[in-house]
Amino acid sequence: MSKDCFQIGDCAVVEREHFDSLFEALKARGYEVVGPTVREGAIAYDRVSCATDLPCGWTDEQEGGKYRLKRRPDEALFGYAVGPHSWKKFYFPSVQRLYKAELNADGFRITPEPEDTKKYAFIGVRACELRAISIQDKVFTGGPYVDPVYKSRRSHLFIVAVNCAVAGGTCFCASMGTGPKASAGYDLALTEIIDNGRHGFLVEVGSKGGAEILGEIPSRPAAGEEKLAADRIVEETSRHMGRSMDASDLKELLYRNYEHPRWDDVANRCLTCANCTMVCPTCFCTTVEDVTDLTGEHAERWRSWDSCFTMDFSYIHGGSIRATAKSRYRQWMTHKLATWIDQFGESGCVGCGRCITWCPVGIDITEEVRAIRASDPAAGGTP
Amino acid sequence: METHSLESVIRQHVFFDGLEDRYVRFVASCAKNASFQANEQIFREGEPADNFYFIREGLVSVELTIPQRGPKTVQTVREGDVLGWSWLTPPFLWHFDARALQRTRALVFDGTCLRAKCEEDHDLGYEILKRFTSVVTERLDATRLQLLDLYGTHA
Amino acid sequence: MAHMPERAVGTEASDPMVPLLYRIEGKKRETHDTFTLDLRPKNGSRSVLFEPGQFNMLYVFGVGEVPISISGNAAAFPALQHTTRVVGAVTKAMSLLEPGDTVGVRGPFGSHWPVAEMTGCDFVIIAGGIGLAPLRPVLYSLIRERAKYRRIILLYGTRRPEDILYRRELEKWRSKFDLEIQVTVDQGSSRWKGNVGVVTTLIGRCAFEPAHSVALLCGPEVMMRFALMELQKRGVPPEQTFLSMERNMKCAIGFCGHCQFGPMFICKDGPVFRFDRIAPVFGKAEI
Repeated sequence: MSKDCFQIGDCAVVEREHFDSLFEALKARGYEVVGPTVREGAIAYDRVSCATDLPCGWTDEQEGGKYRLKRRPDEALFGYAVGPHSWKKFYFPSVQRLYKAELNADGFRITPEPEDTKKYAFIGVRACELRAISIQDKVFTGGPYVDPVYKSRRSHLFIVAVNCAVAGGTCFCASMGTGPKASAGYDLALTEIIDNGRHGFLVEVGSKGGAEILGEIPSRPAAGEEKLAADRIVEETSRHMGRSMDASDLKELLYRNYEHPRWDDVANRCLTCANCTMVCPTCFCTTVEDVTDLTGEHAERWRSWDSCFTMDFSYIHGGSIRATAKSRYRQWMTHKLATWIDQFGESGCVGCGRCITWCPVGIDITEEVRAIRASDPAAGGTP
Repeated sequence: METHSLESVIRQHVFFDGLEDRYVRFVASCAKNASFQANEQIFREGEPADNFYFIREGLVSVELTIPQRGPKTVQTVREGDVLGWSWLTPPFLWHFDARALQRTRALVFDGTCLRAKCEEDHDLGYEILKRFTSVVTERLDATRLQLLDLYGTHA
Repeated sequence: MAHMPERAVGTEASDPMVPLLYRIEGKKRETHDTFTLDLRPKNGSRSVLFEPGQFNMLYVFGVGEVPISISGNAAAFPALQHTTRVVGAVTKAMSLLEPGDTVGVRGPFGSHWPVAEMTGCDFVIIAGGIGLAPLRPVLYSLIRERAKYRRIILLYGTRRPEDILYRRELEKWRSKFDLEIQVTVDQGSSRWKGNVGVVTTLIGRCAFEPAHSVALLCGPEVMMRFALMELQKRGVPPEQTFLSMERNMKCAIGFCGHCQFGPMFICKDGPVFRFDRIAPVFGKAEI
């Protein structure tokens, strides 16, 4: 098949034995290919160079405060949900230098960082993660100020999405309207089909770049029943979500319940460990740190991920505005589900369930909402 | 003649807003003009509290004299403010000093007379107490804010 | 008369986190813990004209960055003036800098006080403590075109007489321009012959017309809460009341998330807010 054959919206099937050509095509174009891989008992995102680097034949069991890998009866490459990493670590680095400064005869001078040249290809991005990426696009490039590293890495990003065949134990993308079908924001989208000894991928083209790459991989036209099979897989997944969120009127619900007793209840459980913010694909808070060398003549300013759960987060001369665990949990949840909507025009939650899985005490954001709704008189609950 | 013009001053003041005419007339009959030079003592802590004041112009320091520290102003009252409520509660003695900081003109009300009338006529008593309660709560709120030392550094 | 404070887009650098270099031209000690720096851009540093109420992020080499309101006269552009109170490591280090030293400047950021659009109004300006600093540029603007506005009233409360900022300037304004200035302190002193008591007590009997007034408030949040109650009692509409809010800031460009106040980012939706916009969350504990 020549490069000119594929258009946006076209489908084709790539057999399992040709999957490595995807890696080759991407590497040939200078992409650093990253994707899911098994690391220390979890599926993390890291450099991958061929199909066997992916978690072949693995699946995950997720519950509140629990994550385990289990072997599958097949050798599916994408037969699991999401792990503790999100893709943000690649285009929104957890630690980043902002500039260097050094003393000179006239005071000091500042040297900004050289232009970023990272060119990533993501393999295996889920629908919820696609939405998370577009949500973070709004934060870092949608306003009057633009983060240059974010912008550069995003513009060079190649995304191979995957339609989920497995609904995670804590997933609720269906009720958040963010999945499980990848609908926008990808270059290529795959649905893995394993059926009667056959193992292949239905590939949908989402961009010109995707069309070009697909043109360099051995593929064949998709049969009608293969497209149907792919649809059925996604539909099945959407019916087996581990959790659900009633997102109707969620902003108003939380705005009128700042003093709901449920906040005290969750505060008794929350350790303010900040795991949820670290694993959340949309959390974007950062802090800055100024460091000098021993001579004191060279200084650097670094930016790193931060969390609204820390005591320092809201500190202004003399004390923290949000000193109690209650206020910090409330801040996180109302930001994610309510104030985010006023800030960026949509919810900050994509229903990936990571915060539920990776919370050491299993606090479940869908459960907290349910509890507030249940005893909010305005929403028809009993006080 | 003097009572009539005092009456109009009293009627205009928001403090006596809504008070029945006959009470206004009575209150006016207990009132006189007073003026104080800068630095003149208006009343002293411990003395009988027989009056209260409307400040019409000027600035008054409500203060306590502390040994070794001299007079310390707790609060100042100015044009439009009411000064003094110790005439309302036994033992009817001033708890603080009051001293004019600038040339000050005031209306001074005969508290003893008004007190007697309030005992007789509880309706008047209620009207007076209602109004003084607002003054006291306003001062208490303001004092509490002062206590919080909002402009201090609280590291 | 409904007005939304606008956001001016500051900082010309292609990377909004990189400061421009300014030189300290002058330094004045205002009180025991407050000082004013006069800054001018060094060669090659382009600067953006600020609006009263905006702030800059000031960087002290090797120590850090803090948000400081611009406290000087916009007419002196490109010179900048910042009055700062020493409250932590960065402000402490800044207080030790001298004329000739270099600082990094990013900005101006944030929304500004409504001035030009409020012609014909009475201005009731209520400042507490260091809160007078972000309001001072407003006074310069008002004085510059005095005839456009009606009464201009400044009510200023601070801790003690020796903490009064810009004392000489206040005297000058009081005498030369048709301004009413009332100063009060929480704690008097033996030499102080002026008002003693919180600044909120000055509002009730102040002569202004609530329906045609605009109130600007800046100071400790508790002071502003009580001042708002007094203004409400007088009948000043919330749409004509503006406050400057403060929260922890790390970036000033809406990325770090620290300055959130309900749905607002203080750095880009504020620091100046029209009161009705923040009334739902203002005064709520730990928001």
